[in-house]
Amino acid sequence: MTMTIDTPVAGATDVAPATAGPPAPSSPRRRRNGVAGHENRAGYTFLLPWLLGFFLLTAGPMVASLYLSFTTYNLFEPPEWVGLQNYQQLFTDPRFLQSAQVTLVYVIVGTPIKLAAALGVALLLNNSRRGQGFYRSAFYAPSLIGASVSIAIVWRAMFIDDGIVDRIGQAIGLDWGGWVGNPDYTMPMFILLATWQFGAPMVIFLAGLKDIPQELYEAADVDGAGRWRRFWNITLPMLSPVLFFNLLLETINAFQVFASAYIISDGTGGPAGSSLFYTLYMYTKGFVDLRMGYASAMAWILLVVVGIITLIFFRSSKLWVHYGGDAR
Amino acid sequence: MTVAQDLTTTRSITTGSAKRMPRRRRGRREVVRSVVFHVLSLALVVVVLYPAAWMLLSSFKPSDQIVGDVGLLPKEFTLDNFLTALDGIAGISFWTFFGNSMALAVLSVIGIVASSSVTAYAFARISFAGRGIWFGLMIGTLLLPFHVVIIPQYIVFSQAGLVNTYLPLLLGKYLATEAFFVFLIVQFMRGVPRDLDEAARLDGAGHGRIFFSIMLPLMRPALVTSAIFAFIWTWNDFFGPLLYLKKPDLYTMPIALRLYVDATSTSDFGAQMAMAVLALLPVLVFFLVFQRYIIGGMASSGLKG
Repeated sequence: MTMTIDTPVAGATDVAPATAGPPAPSSPRRRRNGVAGHENRAGYTFLLPWLLGFFLLTAGPMVASLYLSFTTYNLFEPPEWVGLQNYQQLFTDPRFLQSAQVTLVYVIVGTPIKLAAALGVALLLNNSRRGQGFYRSAFYAPSLIGASVSIAIVWRAMFIDDGIVDRIGQAIGLDWGGWVGNPDYTMPMFILLATWQFGAPMVIFLAGLKDIPQELYEAADVDGAGRWRRFWNITLPMLSPVLFFNLLLETINAFQVFASAYIISDGTGGPAGSSLFYTLYMYTKGFVDLRMGYASAMAWILLVVVGIITLIFFRSSKLWVHYGGDAR
Repeated sequence: MTVAQDLTTTRSITTGSAKRMPRRRRGRREVVRSVVFHVLSLALVVVVLYPAAWMLLSSFKPSDQIVGDVGLLPKEFTLDNFLTALDGIAGISFWTFFGNSMALAVLSVIGIVASSSVTAYAFARISFAGRGIWFGLMIGTLLLPFHVVIIPQYIVFSQAGLVNTYLPLLLGKYLATEAFFVFLIVQFMRGVPRDLDEAARLDGAGHGRIFFSIMLPLMRPALVTSAIFAFIWTWNDFFGPLLYLKKPDLYTMPIALRLYVDATSTSDFGAQMAMAVLALLPVLVFFLVFQRYIIGGMASSGLKG
């Protein structure tokens, strides 16, 4: 038989249910044992690469790093069990505490600023004027290159003493000098670099905005609702699932910033440890000092913190994420 | 909204004039609003693109005229920086680094697209026992910080003598460990009507045949999007190569760039900028050619999270 597969996929009207779970089985017809067995065999055959990767490169290493976190290990001598010593030591290690503080400030201050910029620009672009595609691409571009070594180098060149940011400061009467060498200014510099990459969440916000049914706004117009009320009572609730997704992903990503911190601070963590990001300290402990047990304990503390934050997000989402009225 | 639909909406927006109102029916107020919109947007574009433009144009300035020069256009135009950068470092040619990066990126793209599409097919189209659990675990790895796996992975790879090979950097790509891609393709497949594979099954086709002769051709947009992201992310990756590649002749562009900055720290900013530009060149080319796929893929990844 011939299959006409040149029908545009894009025209597919068969929209799958809007859940994060696996799609429902194709048909509710009763399967005979043979069919189910066949499906199982086929399923696990297709899943084999992923299963291998999951056990060998994810689950296995996770268990191993939990074990290592209770040992001292330097790659050359066998690991030695030390119980909770690494964890106890971490909480009295001023460099560790500083790295945790630097990262938390970056996450807690930087992520909302980045998302606010993303949402603001998405609202600006959410119309049917010409040039929208161009603006969107231009704003998105930094997200693709922002985490690269190249941009880290450019950022450092821009923010050093007598660099262009210093010059601009002088021109407007602010004598802030170079930001790279000043512990008070390194964090704003990193947050600016993160905010500069607002394009990725912006694109996701825009897609969400386009999905809000226009009728809601028309109804609000009839009721005489102003701009602000429409934003507060329609846009924000309707956008909350997308906001939730962006907030969760950007928060988790912010914990993992590495290349820019490494390059800008030359691997040292910057003036007075002010850019000693968590990953940077973990890398130094694990791969420079070869204290792999200690670094594993750091990894697990991070995992627990990220896990708790994720849990809080999901639990609280019932209160502020609006999933009803999805008119797609 | 599925990836498929999203890619088309993206397309209709970028090309689209369908929604534009006839010119003469626009009121004066609309004209003013439109002007305000474009002025604001353009101003923002200038601010946002300034750092990238500054990098690009600085690479054509003499080395001592870069730092502190707020202006974009070079007063003296020179190609010396690029000639210096192309000379390479420590006796290793620039093209070695470029070739290493290219080989790693291309091999990664192949691995990611192949393994992720097979995995996605299992999740989207085969109803096998335990699928829900595995799917949940796969989504879980999407949120997992890579830190918790990196140390044991390094220990195993280094004891197997695989440091200074590309294998540690590639293995995971061939085993679909990057859940983002699996998720992206699953989302896309959910939008493909089931009638096609149901019909093929009635004709006696197995999952292997359905996957290769029906799904793969239909999935092209999702595969292209995945390939683009896979290329760009691998190309820019810094942490993996930093861990596993210790010999300069194996270096990829990002770590070669770092070595370059260290070696020329005496402030040959021109060569640094030229090298930085060259390291981003393939990414910029990809972006200019494939922006619709990139933005469409990014947009769809956020929906149905």
